[in-house]
Amino acid sequence: MIDTLLTHLAKDLRIEWRSKEAINSMLFFSLLVVVLFSIAFDPRGAFSREISGGVLCVATMFASVSALNQAWAREIRHQVLDAQRMAPTAGSQMYLAKVLANFFFVSVVQILLAPVFLVFYNLHILGDGWLLLLVLPLGTWALVGNGIFFAALSINSRNRELLLPLILFPIFTPALMAMVNATTGIFTGEFDPTIWIKLLAAYDIIYTTVSLLLFETILRAE
Amino acid sequence: MKKILFGLFAAISIGLLVWAFELAVNAPAEMMQGDAYRIIFYHVPSATVAFTFFAISMAGSIGFLILREKNPVKALAWDGWAVSGAEVGIIFCTVVLITGPLWGYRAWGIWWAWDARLTTTLLLWLIYVSYLLTRRFAAGPQMRISSAVLGIFGGIAVPIVYIANRIPGQHPGPVFGGDRASGMAPEILRPFLWNILAWMCWGILVLILRHQYELKQQAAAAIEAEQSLNA
Repeated sequence: MIDTLLTHLAKDLRIEWRSKEAINSMLFFSLLVVVLFSIAFDPRGAFSREISGGVLCVATMFASVSALNQAWAREIRHQVLDAQRMAPTAGSQMYLAKVLANFFFVSVVQILLAPVFLVFYNLHILGDGWLLLLVLPLGTWALVGNGIFFAALSINSRNRELLLPLILFPIFTPALMAMVNATTGIFTGEFDPTIWIKLLAAYDIIYTTVSLLLFETILRAE
Repeated sequence: MKKILFGLFAAISIGLLVWAFELAVNAPAEMMQGDAYRIIFYHVPSATVAFTFFAISMAGSIGFLILREKNPVKALAWDGWAVSGAEVGIIFCTVVLITGPLWGYRAWGIWWAWDARLTTTLLLWLIYVSYLLTRRFAAGPQMRISSAVLGIFGGIAVPIVYIANRIPGQHPGPVFGGDRASGMAPEILRPFLWNILAWMCWGILVLILRHQYELKQQAAAAIEAEQSLNA
């Protein structure tokens, strides 16, 4: 069982290693968002701490859409997706492999972006900074888990590149809310982010479970 | 027989609306808010109808996914409920989102507050608009499956947002403590309940019409598909 997952994962990582499409486009896009926001709001001191959690989350969200759109579109060429539909393996394995691969890509972008972010927003973290190591992966998982699912859902529609953010963002909103509140709590140190982290974890568990259960339906929808 | 019953129901619904309007206008003014409170006669019933219909929509989506292979004809009827519930629900939800700020500006001095009910309602509205967009964009038989799955995802989001907004911290706490109706004087409560009944009946009337229209459209599409196959 786990073999299928690993094969898919290795394949996705290899493609990305050779093309570096997803990471490069995401990195540049999120950099642009960070720069644009800092020009628009001129962040300094306490104000910077208050808005930067939101900017970080929204930048990641916008940037990841480009990678998520590519995740399945890549498989359309040469009818790869059709071949995978016919393969006698569980669709959930394929889904999980794609989520893991893209989770890794988005995390790499976040790690590379972090120093730039700290410099541009003159950030001085007042809360428990290490909690970010919990919040960011949980939020990224929520984003990528749902994103990969909805990208597969919209793959057969007209203007799929447009449709993905339109259906992803409303559903992702609860997670975004928890993520923004948790990071703001950590940056400002004014309130305890624990409850928001718990909410984020609950969101991840619920949506990942539903996605795994329903992915087969989406994959073989024809 | 069915048509007569439906006509009767339509007549009763419209009669109820007239009666409820009469009551709403003639109800005594509220002590603190004067006449501004009267918006509650439209705001809360619309919210009740909207939330009920979104629940119907989610049930329709689940029913469609379960029945889709065993009984395609029945599944299509369930899909009809899913789309009708979403569409009519959005209309009522829009009424809620317009009447809410109108009252809020008078009562709170601000148009909007990010509290539990407001955020949940807005998010519901957004999710169901994206649901209808999916139905528009997606093509062929997958459209129904995709949108049914999205309908389920959307339904799950609602309780999470509601809980999130009750967490103290960033967001202000809920503006209304408990059930609003519990604090009502009987002379206001009576017209209020009549209005809920009237708008619910009206909503169900529109919902049934929309569902019948959807069934007719499905039948027409089936005929068209068959004709193009035979041509």
